[in-house]
Amino acid sequence: MKHKKAKKYGMVINLDKCTGCGSCMVACMAENNVPFRKDESDKLLSITWMRVYKLTNGKPFPNTDICYLPRPCMHCEGQHEGHSPCVTVCPAVATDYNIETGIVSQIYTRCFGCRYCMASCPYKARYFNWWDPVWPDGMEKYLSPNVSPRMRGVVEKCSFCFHRYQMAKEKAFMEGRRKLKEDEYQTACTQACPAGAITFGDLNNPNHAVYRMVKPDPKHHGRPTNPNAFRLLERLGTNPKVYYLSSREWVRRVGDNYLKNESIAKKTVHQG
Amino acid sequence: MDSALIPRGVKRCSLWQFLLFISVVGAVLLWGVYAMLLCWIKGLNQTNMNDYYGFAIWIWADLAVIAVGGGAFFTGLLRYIFGKDELKSIINYAVLIGFICYSSALLILAYDIGQPLRGWFIFWHANVHSMLTEVAFCLSCYFGVLTIEFIPLILENRQIDRVPFFHHLSHNMHEIMAVFAATGVFLSFFHQGSLGGVAGVLFGRPFAFREGILIWPWTFFLFTWSAAACGPCFTILITKITETVTRKKLVKDSAIELLAKISGWMILTYIIAKTIDTWYWATVTAPSLGQTLMDFYSNNPLYGIWILFAEIVICGFVPAAILITKKGRKNSVALWIAVILAVVGVCINRWVMVLQVMAVPVMSFDYWAMYFPSWQEIATTILPVAYGIILVGLAHRYLPVFPDESELNPIETLPAEEEETVEPPVDLEQELKPAGA
Repeated sequence: MKHKKAKKYGMVINLDKCTGCGSCMVACMAENNVPFRKDESDKLLSITWMRVYKLTNGKPFPNTDICYLPRPCMHCEGQHEGHSPCVTVCPAVATDYNIETGIVSQIYTRCFGCRYCMASCPYKARYFNWWDPVWPDGMEKYLSPNVSPRMRGVVEKCSFCFHRYQMAKEKAFMEGRRKLKEDEYQTACTQACPAGAITFGDLNNPNHAVYRMVKPDPKHHGRPTNPNAFRLLERLGTNPKVYYLSSREWVRRVGDNYLKNESIAKKTVHQG
Repeated sequence: MDSALIPRGVKRCSLWQFLLFISVVGAVLLWGVYAMLLCWIKGLNQTNMNDYYGFAIWIWADLAVIAVGGGAFFTGLLRYIFGKDELKSIINYAVLIGFICYSSALLILAYDIGQPLRGWFIFWHANVHSMLTEVAFCLSCYFGVLTIEFIPLILENRQIDRVPFFHHLSHNMHEIMAVFAATGVFLSFFHQGSLGGVAGVLFGRPFAFREGILIWPWTFFLFTWSAAACGPCFTILITKITETVTRKKLVKDSAIELLAKISGWMILTYIIAKTIDTWYWATVTAPSLGQTLMDFYSNNPLYGIWILFAEIVICGFVPAAILITKKGRKNSVALWIAVILAVVGVCINRWVMVLQVMAVPVMSFDYWAMYFPSWQEIATTILPVAYGIILVGLAHRYLPVFPDESELNPIETLPAEEEETVEPPVDLEQELKPAGA
């Protein structure tokens, strides 16, 4: 009952709308002071809080179809609130699950760089700072003052632009309000997407668009009841707060692992 | 020149030969230290790890040395708790090997973290739900226990033993060693287990994830079991290598055979449990997550089904079959093969539970990630080996590590040496029992 009024911020990404332009990635990097190096050719060393994957149905022409899948941190809830794969394993409580918002945050000054959280994340959404950030001359003046840059040796990841939530709360407080309007707290990627493919809001609030789009089932850890909606690796029981929409079955199937001849409808949550 | 420091009744090589040996190994050690400093000063960009391979060769080395160092706690359990007196011939060496393994593990952890100066956060800001926290606490505590178990041996150095306080301290520590052995067993159960838990709790990684009892996945118990089973094999292996290098018998056959026999039965029971675990994981756990066994062993250049076969059959059932038979244990070649296979087997297990976990893609559109360590990673992984060899060399030369060595290798005492012998200025009429182990 204590958590009934708590928010559960989440994201819905319409893959049928996504053009793979990468605006979300750029906006994310600029907003969150994500560091980069001169040579970013080795993508296994690149920090991309938001990463766009290119998927294909594997069929030859003329039946070839592709889909772009933006992948932020899934802010997993786990089988019970806060039981995210990464939160439970962090030995120094440097990964935090905020029960007021459902947002998984990284406390950079607490992290000592053991990288266990990276090993635990099936979405590869966590990144290690192998180097100290070095900005091109003059660029440090353009860094966001609301997000602390990270030092070498710590892990970082998408925070659902948590600083924006804090700023929106402060503004509401100054105006004598407690509640935030839907559009007051939006992530940078949501606002940057030219196709309007990304929607962000409170999954616990039936008035928010994200709720209406996926209709999460609270009895099954927020599993979508919209037949076109799915979450990545649903069967692992991570219970992400990022949902995807697609009218194409092959896209929805790619979202999880299935045995040969296993139908997509036979979704079972392994744990719990 | 250093003969006054060498235990009585044993023969050692000349000092210059020893120093030459130490210098060669010391050069390797310095190479490792240089690489370690590079990692500390320049950061983990000196490695070939990446965002897919957050855990790599160091974590494997850490798990492997802890597994093979399990010989210390298990031999201690047999010697002090179960009263297997034959093992007093080898217990000192088992403790020394354990000490080297655990100090190496702590050293590796010190350079494996991205912010080494914050290493203490794991104790200060401990997350009690994390298996790694349990590892850190139990590992540190057990290293303390091993140090306490190692101290009496240092105090038995000929010159230190002449000081009455140290002589009595050593004697009294031996008297209560069963308490420390029991503490060591308790701590080892949890840190060996929690190292297994580190992989087993990863419910986001179907290759590693295992069900279990309450908060403990099956890997928790399998890791403890395998360390207890294969750790003594490593103790035997290092003893055999030491005997080969020094060209003399150091430990009685009865001790080796008893340890090999117990180890053999432990390996057999472990590998049966491991087979059941693998079968359940392959037929129930993985399919329930939409994956088949062969998804984990195909479409990549390294991890084929051969690795599972090598771990379970070649390095599991084969050494078990050799060691549980009297004929196998008594045959020197077969014994060598068995202990090598057992050690390789447990190292393969730790390898797959670290590196293959990282390599296997989980999202259906992701890909296998391969990795080869940088020279800095290789050098820092060899560093503990060089350190171990040096410590073994020093201990063998100056400490009575092998209590039966003089009996097994009788030497003629020269009159000049007899004159050199100085009795310790202690009142031996106190009926002090000789330090047993």
